[in-house]
Amino acid sequence: MKHEVPFITRNFGQYDTNSIDSYINIGGFSALKKALTMEGEDIAARIAAVKVKGRGGAAYDMGRKWSQARAVKGEHKVVVCNADEGEPCTFKDRELIAQDPFNLLEGMLIGGWTVQAQDGYIYMREEYRHLRPLLLNAIQQAEQKGFLGKNILGTDFEFHIHLYSGAGAYVCGEGTALIHSIEGKAGRPRMKPPFIKVSGLFSLPTCVNNVESFSIVPHLLLDEQGEYAGYGSGESIGTKLVSVGGNVVRPGVFEIPFGTSVRDIIYDLAGGLPPGRSLRLIQFGGASGKISDARILDTPYGYDELKAAGVSVGSGAILVLDDGTSVLDFLRTTQAFFCHESCGQCTPCREGNLHIRLFLNKLARGEATGADIAAMKKIADIMSISSLCGLGETAQSALLSAMRIFPETFAVGGTV
Amino acid sequence: MQTAPTPTVTLTKELTAKIDQVLKSHNQDPTQLLGILLDVQDCIEQNYVPEAAAFYIAEKLPVKLSVIYDCLTFYSSLSDQPRAKYPIQICNSIVCHVNDAASVATAFQEILGIEIGETTYDGKFTLESVPCFGACDQAPAVRIKGKVYGHLDTREKIQQLIAQLI
Repeated sequence: MKHEVPFITRNFGQYDTNSIDSYINIGGFSALKKALTMEGEDIAARIAAVKVKGRGGAAYDMGRKWSQARAVKGEHKVVVCNADEGEPCTFKDRELIAQDPFNLLEGMLIGGWTVQAQDGYIYMREEYRHLRPLLLNAIQQAEQKGFLGKNILGTDFEFHIHLYSGAGAYVCGEGTALIHSIEGKAGRPRMKPPFIKVSGLFSLPTCVNNVESFSIVPHLLLDEQGEYAGYGSGESIGTKLVSVGGNVVRPGVFEIPFGTSVRDIIYDLAGGLPPGRSLRLIQFGGASGKISDARILDTPYGYDELKAAGVSVGSGAILVLDDGTSVLDFLRTTQAFFCHESCGQCTPCREGNLHIRLFLNKLARGEATGADIAAMKKIADIMSISSLCGLGETAQSALLSAMRIFPETFAVGGTV
Repeated sequence: MQTAPTPTVTLTKELTAKIDQVLKSHNQDPTQLLGILLDVQDCIEQNYVPEAAAFYIAEKLPVKLSVIYDCLTFYSSLSDQPRAKYPIQICNSIVCHVNDAASVATAFQEILGIEIGETTYDGKFTLESVPCFGACDQAPAVRIKGKVYGHLDTREKIQQLIAQLI
């Protein structure tokens, strides 16, 4: 199994992304038409049946999420598409937006119908600004053709989609921060409860999903033959977009069936390492992801399989490092990222990230002591359980897994 | 640090008209503050939101001035300080790092004669070190006024890029 599957990406290159007529021509909006004849519960059940997990990184059961969102009472409910895609080495949502913008709108429409929302918000990172005209055009054409607005396709379903921009903040990928950003404020996370599904954007019941998550839905609804369910196994059914980068010959986005081995993804699809190089480490899921080394190559790519191997799917990023970069250099670069991106509200993350950077600098100068290493581990553990949001909780994933996999990096004076 | 002196940006009729147009294109919606500030920033040659503009937006939208400055200082893509005509944003994250972004930075520094964080005397170029902007499949990459220039793996490519901008 070393092939790509065009299921989620089946529309790529198949239509003019500036033309809704072109999209309709290849069957666009037939999933929406079908959805409008279905009960929301049945749509949620269809998604749950193939165990789709949120594709942003949290991997929450999507069918269950939509079912729960549907059950929340509210005159005015909203759905949000998280297009902030900030994890380094993750660029799959960029491709979904650039190559299949109408499908994303269709997925959001079906989401709105399912959870009984009237408004959809796309929050797209500033760094994808070049895609704004494309999306604005798609929204406008959808409105002109009656796929957005009142009485969609002759039903009493009303839905509007609004495009919002980020302004350069990784933390705005976090749900509550994203919401504050759409509200026109600085993107600082807040405590939960209240949970977003009950009180989110503008204090309304809100359902947030990733670009890829929404993008799957139209294809799933039209999948009469059950093609999607034929891929993968166990908890990981169907296909996944992965973005492979780093020291590989062919970095890129690949849609793979779950169960494809890590080796096949890296060495077949991404062309392997540059000539003469050997593998140092692989980081899964972005900067907030855990790392492994060559021992993981024959692990099938799937939720439980990766978890058992000490890593996780996360954002779908697969970062490959060859022997040209040391583990410590990798950790310091990662740490600089989190120091920059921490919003600064909570002590564990603000101070923890700062001090871990200082400890890593000491390690690089050969001045770290055993007590320093122990303190670094303690701070990392504390951050992972007491930070205000997921950023602080996962910032030290790489460090903690490096301490297990590469203990020699932390050896000082002969002792760890 | 060699920086050209920057004249204070005043609220000319022309600038006011541009800001009004930006506000209109965002439906005078205060929730669209980030998009508004980004578009206003694009209207200013030094790629920032000057004080006069911030005060004007606060009055016209309306939105609290403190919220505007909170956003200007919180978000990395927004600046309340003048920058260059072409801020050259060099990625400092891991994928570009392992694809020798260091050489890219060195090349820009040597060709332009400035360090990261500095601006050329003519006010044309600033070198900024920024986190990942999602162009990892084109590493090592830089971003200049919203456009990505990737695969900068030779000095010639960087020289050509600068020549394009001059």
